[in-house]
Amino acid sequence: MTPAGQDHSHDHDHDHSAIEAEDTSNSDTALLADALRLVLIEKGIFTAADVQAQLDLMETRSDRNGARLVARAWQDPAFKAALLDDGAKAALDAGFDMKGTPLVVLENTDAVHNVVVCTLCSCYPVSLLGPSPEWYKSKAYRGRVVRDPRSVLEEFGTSIGADREVRVHDSTADMRYMILPKRPAGTDGLSEAALADLVTRNGLIGVAEV
Amino acid sequence: MTKTKAYHDVGGDHFGPVLMIDGEYQLWEKRVDAMMRLLSSPDVALMRVDELRRGIETLGEATYNAEPYYGKWARSLAKIMVEKGVLTRDELDARIAALRAERGLAE
Amino acid sequence: MTAAQFDVGDRVTVRDLAAETGLSGHMRAPVYCRGHSGEVERLCGVFGNPETLAYGGDGSPPQPLYRVRFRQAEVWPDYVGPAADTIEIEIYQHWLKAART
Repeated sequence: MTPAGQDHSHDHDHDHSAIEAEDTSNSDTALLADALRLVLIEKGIFTAADVQAQLDLMETRSDRNGARLVARAWQDPAFKAALLDDGAKAALDAGFDMKGTPLVVLENTDAVHNVVVCTLCSCYPVSLLGPSPEWYKSKAYRGRVVRDPRSVLEEFGTSIGADREVRVHDSTADMRYMILPKRPAGTDGLSEAALADLVTRNGLIGVAEV
Repeated sequence: MTKTKAYHDVGGDHFGPVLMIDGEYQLWEKRVDAMMRLLSSPDVALMRVDELRRGIETLGEATYNAEPYYGKWARSLAKIMVEKGVLTRDELDARIAALRAERGLAE
Repeated sequence: MTAAQFDVGDRVTVRDLAAETGLSGHMRAPVYCRGHSGEVERLCGVFGNPETLAYGGDGSPPQPLYRVRFRQAEVWPDYVGPAADTIEIEIYQHWLKAART
């Protein structure tokens, strides 16, 4: 738990307006969650080591994975075509296993800006984007972005001109979505790693441009 | 056409500006995520994502609105595990009481 | 297995199964799109029906799943953005019917 405003150099999307949640580790719900885990362990459904292995695996799920795919697509037209055609297959070929979950990659262009939401719950490609931010799961975001996407994008500091179509994607069922942002101008000479550093999590959700 | 909207079906509703809550999840929340992944793994196969969602959609609106994301998951997981007879509500309550005592929290 | 009834580009209307058949409980077609018409953007594949998977059932028969693209102005008559703005939603086949054009 770190207070807002502290340096988060590891996280590309933390800006100073981000709000941190309060410590709830002794809340009724946290106690229920802890009790549930301990009883399931006692009953042999899984072990404490299994839980720890999952926590370790969680650390490998990061928006840097999605950023690498985007950087490669910017550099390699064949890879970009493969990513847009079958996102999960192209991701697997690049070393990121979606474990059977289909991935739709949507390309932002001069004509179209895409943004992703899940109005019914909070579907999100965790393996490529890391854990989703609490705001993505809020009723405020889910409720409004389908009906008034341009004003929600403005709250994220993103203005889309009236000459570009805003296309909202409601992730209601079995697909997961990642945005392929527009490559910024003036980045011709950059390496793939340097390009990946430009790609933010919010850019991969579509609430920001890159 | 009458459309009865469930409380989780919020598309089109207005709840004010988006509060930019972001950052690391707490350990208990990460462990809830881990539990869901283990319970839905092919080896254990006691949960499906569809059941997790249905559990969340039947928590009641007040609980749904009050709980953070992983709080909804935890309550849904507990509900479905009790429903399936994997454990009982009494076992959970006894364990919660023990945790309260260990942590020096009020009953 | 249920065969796919719609092709890319077909005009479809989202049914309201809750009103038509009294379906209740877990449903994945958001209320806001029910009764509205759009165009099939792609067939995503065939998936178990969540309406039974959510209750421990086997999801059969599996349903073709489509992405349907709607004009925002069609879904929200008071939409304030440009007329070209759209929204795409994943909808299972049993929630769709051919649109009367």
